[in-house]
Amino acid sequence: MSEVRLLVGTRKGAFVLTSDGKRQRWDISGPHFAGWEIYHVKGSPVEPNRLYASQSSGWFGQKIQRSSDGGQTWEAVGDKFVYEGSPGTHQWYDGTQRPWEFKRIWHLEPSLADPDAVYAGAEDAALFRTTDGGRTWEELSGLRNAKGRLWSPGAGGMGLHTILLDPSRPGRIFVAISAAGVFRTDDSGGTWRPMNRGLKSPYELPDPDVEVGHCVHRIALHPSRPGVLFMQKHWDVMRSDNAGESWHEVSGNLPSDFGFPTEVHAHEPDTIYVVPIKSDSEHFPPEAKLRVYRSRTGGNEWEALAKGLPQSDCYVNVLRDAMAVDSLDPCGVYFGTTGGQVYASADAGDAWKPIVRDFPAVLSVEAQTLP
Amino acid sequence: MIRIVLPVQLRRLAEVEGEVQLQVEPPATLRSVLNALEARYPVLCGTIRDHVTLRRRPFVRFFACEQDLSHEPPDTPLPGPVVTGAEPLLVVGAMAGG
Repeated sequence: MSEVRLLVGTRKGAFVLTSDGKRQRWDISGPHFAGWEIYHVKGSPVEPNRLYASQSSGWFGQKIQRSSDGGQTWEAVGDKFVYEGSPGTHQWYDGTQRPWEFKRIWHLEPSLADPDAVYAGAEDAALFRTTDGGRTWEELSGLRNAKGRLWSPGAGGMGLHTILLDPSRPGRIFVAISAAGVFRTDDSGGTWRPMNRGLKSPYELPDPDVEVGHCVHRIALHPSRPGVLFMQKHWDVMRSDNAGESWHEVSGNLPSDFGFPTEVHAHEPDTIYVVPIKSDSEHFPPEAKLRVYRSRTGGNEWEALAKGLPQSDCYVNVLRDAMAVDSLDPCGVYFGTTGGQVYASADAGDAWKPIVRDFPAVLSVEAQTLP
Repeated sequence: MIRIVLPVQLRRLAEVEGEVQLQVEPPATLRSVLNALEARYPVLCGTIRDHVTLRRRPFVRFFACEQDLSHEPPDTPLPGPVVTGAEPLLVVGAMAGG
């Protein structure tokens, strides 16, 4: 019988949650790396027991951990993230230029084909790659040529937080960067183009449809249809039907189109999920009711999914990397909150149950479906 | 023998319990002690000082003999009691929060 393994990164350590295919009872292991911020943990799609974790600390910097047994044991691998050449400068809050400075790894994206190859998204924004299992990392510095000097950190930092690998075109990678936007390469990271046409940010930018500078919170795609992308922007839920060449809004009847994560159902490419948040200053759900919204039409028409979720006095947030789906049927959907709850739905979002209620603030959730 | 007390996060990372003891050629300095520490525990590279510049990370402090050595040049000789092992060198995560 299939098994589901959730990889949960929190402000104070990593946890591994496992269940059989019924997804009703969960075993919890952790905290791994207690006391450290775990921005992200993710497994290799071709070797699921090979996991990579980003472990960081404001005091002691960045470490990368690797497991070869599904998170039971870990070993520290390379963590020397050095920008290639003279990294130049980017825009700072006061309008001056500021040198790139490495702070942490936000996201790790293992290759679709090679368990030793992993992409890492950094703050200050850059994309790194290892091809030796994390021992050494090299920057794909062409990304910073995509108008990098005009990028500027948002309040959460100038992090490269989303990395999407196109399964149908091995050289194509999408990345998203806070307060910079979406970028695409078609040559395995050599050259990059901004892909932000159609985004409008009238309350954040002096030129609302400028080429770079949009605060993209998250993008997602379905592997069977990688030309269609979904985006949760700072405000607005967006969709692209041409691999990011242009975007149009699909916020429709959402109670708020501000939020952080977006995910796609494992078997239905037009079924997508978001978690509306009241506003950019009030990072909690509208009406203090925690509701996931699901569209079965690829956007515009949304239904609230509230069964099992708190419907009063709820003031948590769901961060951009804290939602995931498994590939069982029916599709399992999972998300973690800044209040330390991890919720699971074994029926595509119709009903939810908390797996845990009292973790540290959840930064990321990934789901692995194991045979 | 130089005695070093690491913060708990770094003890766990390096998988050590209690103090670390290192033999360092004289004159013992912060630089030579950290070089020896990182040579024995490579996983600590980058955690106390920057990988490339080798500058102390901003929220790491070095205390010994009731003195803050954090702002001393890295080639300053360590206090005598640290060199003889009478006193430990403390590597400390700076206070943060309220």
